[in-house]
Amino acid sequence: MDPHHEAPHVDPHTGIATTGHEWDGIRELNTPLPRWWLGMFYACIVWAFGYWIVYPAWPLLTDTTKGVIGYASRADISADMAQLKAQRAVQAAGMTEATPAQIKADPTLFQIAMAQGKAAFGDNCAGCHGVGGAGAKGYPNLNDDDWLWGGSLDAIQQTITHGIRVAGNDETRVSQMPAFGRDGLLKRDEIVAVANHVRELAGLSTEPKVDLALGRKIFADNCAACHGEAGKGNQEMGAPNLTDAITLYGMDMASLTETITNSRGGVMPAWGGRLDATTIKALTVYVHSLGGGR
Amino acid sequence: MTATASPVRQATVGEMIGMLIAAACVLPLIIIAALTESSGYAFHAVLGVLASAAAIVLIANRCFDGTAPVEPQEIDGKPNYNMEPVKFATVAAMVWGIAGFAVGLLIASQLAFPALNFDLPWINFGRMRPLHTSAVIFAFGGNVLIGTSFYVVQRTCRARLAGILSPWFVVLGYNFFIVIAGTGYLLGITQGKEYAEPEWYADLWLTIVWVVYLLVFLGTVIKRKEPHIYVANWFYLGFILTIAVLHVGNNVAVPVSVLSPRSYGLWSGVQDAMFQWWYGHNAVGFFLTAGFLAIMYYFVPKRAERPIYSYRLSIIHFWALIFIYIWAGPHHLHYTALPDWAQTLGMTFSIMLWMPSWGGMINGIMTLSGAWDRLRTDPVLRMMVVSLAFYGMSTFEGPLMSIKAVNGLSHYTDWTIGHVHAGALGWVAYISFGAIYCLVPWLWNRKGLYSLRLVSWHFWISTLGIVFYICAMWVSGILQGLMWRAYTSLGFLEYSFIETVAAMHPFYVIRALGGALFLIGALIMAFNLWMTVRSESAAEMPRVDEAPAPLAMAV
Repeated sequence: MDPHHEAPHVDPHTGIATTGHEWDGIRELNTPLPRWWLGMFYACIVWAFGYWIVYPAWPLLTDTTKGVIGYASRADISADMAQLKAQRAVQAAGMTEATPAQIKADPTLFQIAMAQGKAAFGDNCAGCHGVGGAGAKGYPNLNDDDWLWGGSLDAIQQTITHGIRVAGNDETRVSQMPAFGRDGLLKRDEIVAVANHVRELAGLSTEPKVDLALGRKIFADNCAACHGEAGKGNQEMGAPNLTDAITLYGMDMASLTETITNSRGGVMPAWGGRLDATTIKALTVYVHSLGGGR
Repeated sequence: MTATASPVRQATVGEMIGMLIAAACVLPLIIIAALTESSGYAFHAVLGVLASAAAIVLIANRCFDGTAPVEPQEIDGKPNYNMEPVKFATVAAMVWGIAGFAVGLLIASQLAFPALNFDLPWINFGRMRPLHTSAVIFAFGGNVLIGTSFYVVQRTCRARLAGILSPWFVVLGYNFFIVIAGTGYLLGITQGKEYAEPEWYADLWLTIVWVVYLLVFLGTVIKRKEPHIYVANWFYLGFILTIAVLHVGNNVAVPVSVLSPRSYGLWSGVQDAMFQWWYGHNAVGFFLTAGFLAIMYYFVPKRAERPIYSYRLSIIHFWALIFIYIWAGPHHLHYTALPDWAQTLGMTFSIMLWMPSWGGMINGIMTLSGAWDRLRTDPVLRMMVVSLAFYGMSTFEGPLMSIKAVNGLSHYTDWTIGHVHAGALGWVAYISFGAIYCLVPWLWNRKGLYSLRLVSWHFWISTLGIVFYICAMWVSGILQGLMWRAYTSLGFLEYSFIETVAAMHPFYVIRALGGALFLIGALIMAFNLWMTVRSESAAEMPRVDEAPAPLAMAV
């Protein structure tokens, strides 16, 4: 008999007959479908039919079936958003009218502003300033009381709203330190000298053999107009205080030389066009409360 | 010139046509390489020239070294199987697999420690991620599917593979596609569709290769010596046919010019998204499920030496699976611009798919009834049975995640990544490993594997890796989903996005550790296979199953 066309026979392990087919030694038992399997398959199908009746499901010629409860995911999300807006509107009623100073003074509004400010800060500011506002090289630390453009509520609100060095924004914070090296205003040895003087102002060590007197003179002639005779800075001009331990771009010789040679000029977006006024007020209060508000 | 009789012969018509087509490609490719402004595209054109030259040399060499123009279909009444392309695909699968797992480990580590991007464009996450997915799915998985399908279709049809050059064209052409796709990602050539990143020219090439694959497979089935078509071949055929349709449907695009690697897809907006996920989900369904079920249907009964549990179940679950799977794609687009009705259909068909998917698991696992004791002694069989358990778990998890309410939490989170890897590592890779552990001794005529103890080590190390991976992603994914949706009592988001990213870090480290274990397992496997092929204890023992095995041995 051809081994590939054998009569079905019973498998002794299971007591079930084979189909009589054979491929490369593989046979198949003629086991019926497991009843639980078939039952669950049918149950899933029945459930699907039920779902189709309740929800939008099948495309028709020009429209689709709508389902009996009139569900639409767009309506769902609109309702969710409306509910959230309603909740916030109650809270925001006070926020809309109040100034940052009034918010700060009112415990209820302050609590709302801190919650809203934290959420807005995390999604909009943390990318540069860090989740906790600790900053990084080139991105100011907002936890200390050393401010470039002022740490009062008004100053912070102004900075957030109009940004820093934003092209086309009339009220943005603008200042531009000259690129003393690149533009040929100072020679290499003069830059080294003034950099050492800046370190001297900050109470840091200076290089041996450097002409500190020359550095002092260059500083008085070129830098003092903005940074002040003593290097204490000037927030009107966004000129940093050079005498404290806090630094934006680094106080080591390489960073200082780079700063004096090519200047710096960080940019922060104007959030006025992106966030609503209430959010900006909340952010103002939040940033003010991070540790250094004045 | 030579003392022996010259074996040189005239080229056959097929060989002439093959060489002419390859030669005809050379000049256009050189022109493209010379004129294009894209250095990556020029590089690919040069690879095309080299491949054409190699094709001509390989074909011509057949005429010079005395390869018979047509191999006999049978020798001494036994089918003269063509197993050389299967050997190539098997080796390629292992090589690509290890490369793909290694890249996976790299990108998992990059997610945990971003400094590992090294600020280099070629190895940054964005380029390495498609390299990983394509390497494991299409390079590793694809070679396993092509190799095993060519093996299984011959043995279950008792017929030599159809075609003379074409099986080699399929295997080599497919791997050439992999090279073009992979190097393209590294050079920044991508059309940006997930799992369909290769650009138009690579897509066209794959289409040609795939049609030839279909013809070789069908041709072998048609000339079979068996009255019936075995269920594994139904699944292979379903896989090959559907992938052809999906690939063409999702990649309809207009190239900017013949000289540009870029193209614009014909679909736009939500239609494009729908096409993409119809393709994407059925790549899972027909590539990673139907194809690998075919592997299961041959290698599990073969290894267990038991009959398939239920012929009826195989019929019902096959047709149910291929009919229902094709509808499930929209569940990737819940709560998007996709109309509600399409989301409903995607979700409900995913639920109905649950039992048809489990049919394969039941048929595989229950095939062991009467041979359960083998799990203690045969780590290869253990690997395949565990793969079916992972298959069952992920095909339960899939319908669960397709439910809109669950999806609202799980979508866009690491839960999805964990789900995919439960299927990819646990099911696809394990059933592949099992099949390759069976195949290598069969193909190279060895008595058995070099070491079953090493298989056991592979099994336990990589299983631990999978468990680390999946559990880390479950926790991380659900945590992520809950953090994203957490509101304070005042109605503001509780966490900023960056805080959720920071919270993932420990899980990303655990995940990378799991990946490392999986890679170590694969390296142990490669060593074991290498030693198996090298061992000299060859061929004296023919395969015991040359004749139909006795139905059931007494235990």
